[in-house]
Amino acid sequence: MSVLIFIDHAEEQIKKASLEAISYGVKIAQQTGTTAEGIVLGNLTDDLAVLGKYGVQKIHHAADANLDHLDAQQYTAAIAQLAQSINADVIVFSNNTTGKAIAPRLSAKLKAGLVSGAVALPDTTNGFTVKKNVFSGKAFANITITTPVKIIALSPNAYKIEEVGGSTELVTYTPTLAASKVKVISSTKASGEIPLAEAEIVVSGGRGLKGPENWGIVEDLAKVLHAGLACSRPVADAHWRPHNEHVGQTGGAIAPNLYIAIGISGAIQHLAGVNRSKVIVVINKDAEAPFFKAADYGIVGDAFEVVPKLTAAINKLKGA
Amino acid sequence: MKILVCISKTPDTTAKIAFTDSNTKFDTNGVQWIINPSDEWYALVRAVELKEKDPSTVLHLISVGQADTDPIIRKALALGGDEAIRVNADSHDSFYIASQIAAVAKEGGYDLVFTGKETIDYNGSSIGGMVAELLDQPYIALATKFELNGVQASISREIEGGEEVAEVTLPLVLSASKGLAEQRIPNMKGIMGARTKPLKVVEPVAVDTLTTISSFGLPPAKAGVKLVDADNVDELVRLLHEEAKAI
Repeated sequence: MSVLIFIDHAEEQIKKASLEAISYGVKIAQQTGTTAEGIVLGNLTDDLAVLGKYGVQKIHHAADANLDHLDAQQYTAAIAQLAQSINADVIVFSNNTTGKAIAPRLSAKLKAGLVSGAVALPDTTNGFTVKKNVFSGKAFANITITTPVKIIALSPNAYKIEEVGGSTELVTYTPTLAASKVKVISSTKASGEIPLAEAEIVVSGGRGLKGPENWGIVEDLAKVLHAGLACSRPVADAHWRPHNEHVGQTGGAIAPNLYIAIGISGAIQHLAGVNRSKVIVVINKDAEAPFFKAADYGIVGDAFEVVPKLTAAINKLKGA
Repeated sequence: MKILVCISKTPDTTAKIAFTDSNTKFDTNGVQWIINPSDEWYALVRAVELKEKDPSTVLHLISVGQADTDPIIRKALALGGDEAIRVNADSHDSFYIASQIAAVAKEGGYDLVFTGKETIDYNGSSIGGMVAELLDQPYIALATKFELNGVQASISREIEGGEEVAEVTLPLVLSASKGLAEQRIPNMKGIMGARTKPLKVVEPVAVDTLTTISSFGLPPAKAGVKLVDADNVDELVRLLHEEAKAI
């Protein structure tokens, strides 16, 4: 019996979403009275021993160059072998791009029920039930996993990272792998400096900004807030901004602490992707924009005047 | 070349979300149904483009659902595809649905299976990966570009922190994300033709589900917006800092 946490890394570093998955998995282990172990695939420069402070007791590291690139088939095989050998009954992923590629495969391989996009700890009072968002954030569902082994893919920004203290034992793990059928030719880093799904603050622009040449004020605001950049669907469709910045029902779903929407009317499809944000600020010159109904704070005004003032005011606050 | 595209029926993006039977069932009353957007806009359209380039391509659509799914399947056939298969079953468990698709895919011997990146109702992002595992084939999740050269595919995909290009030999399964293709509107010829295309109904294979839905709920409503005057941006910053503690 144990909880196995898949610890993802990008650019050879452990990212925030993985720390959230670790804290979440460690909490489940505490709740169910078992140990929390981690698995890391591929080479990385980050020191894995420091992860002990988050409460993970053992980390199995397969520093195999064949695992440096994501091949869902190989990753699944590697995780399944370990899960079976340590008798893991709960396996935790982050529901990030890597988790989305592997967790369903593992679910089918192990015949282990999967809840993807979990937003809370499992309720184990009567079975094993996990809350997740459905209808793109317009509702939630409590899903009961009915199999002995359970897989949870945790929504980014849904669980707080906790340092509980402790140390971790690092062990070398050597899975048996078939030759990879996926050959990675090249990779490029996303344009934004802060990954959107992980950003605590997101600044988002819509058609109200009139054209891509006007994004400077949005970027300036994002910069002072160390925020991620997002946009509405019409903006991405018009190629004003890259597709990976599109948030909404058919784009990405995000749940930052603070979401600032500039020149976005707030169609129901857009709201679906952002309504899990803790605080929503809307800046729009149209007082009738539906977004104001879903907002916590709002300014009815011209974005081209308000946004630079807001940037200056935040700069002043940060300087104080 | 044989391609199978998975189609799901989902509520329209503007549908009002409500539940019945003590919050255990989605209230379908008055709901308009559509083809799940990423199935239609990206997966299906890219497959149709591949068939346009190589007319010898066999393109089949599959959906798991009851007879009320047929209008959605006909809509999809209006965009393209030679025929459709409906597995006559209804389930909210992704493993059950993936098992049905995998059974049909195995029998049909497809070179490519396309799904959308997720459905907008249950947001599982699971079907493609499960089908790939059940078929023991490579899986490329969140594909944004797909080019074919014989049996060699060149695929761009979203990864953590960016994008990468991978080469994979067919057969494979992929989930389609934005960028893979551009949304199309079916023309009159497509709509008329779709009426007479074969829609085969097959019975499901026996599979145990792995999950059940215990209940649904709606998020709490917002308390209401606090409006700040456009000339008083400092006040907004104060509220965000002191009241919301968001900055």
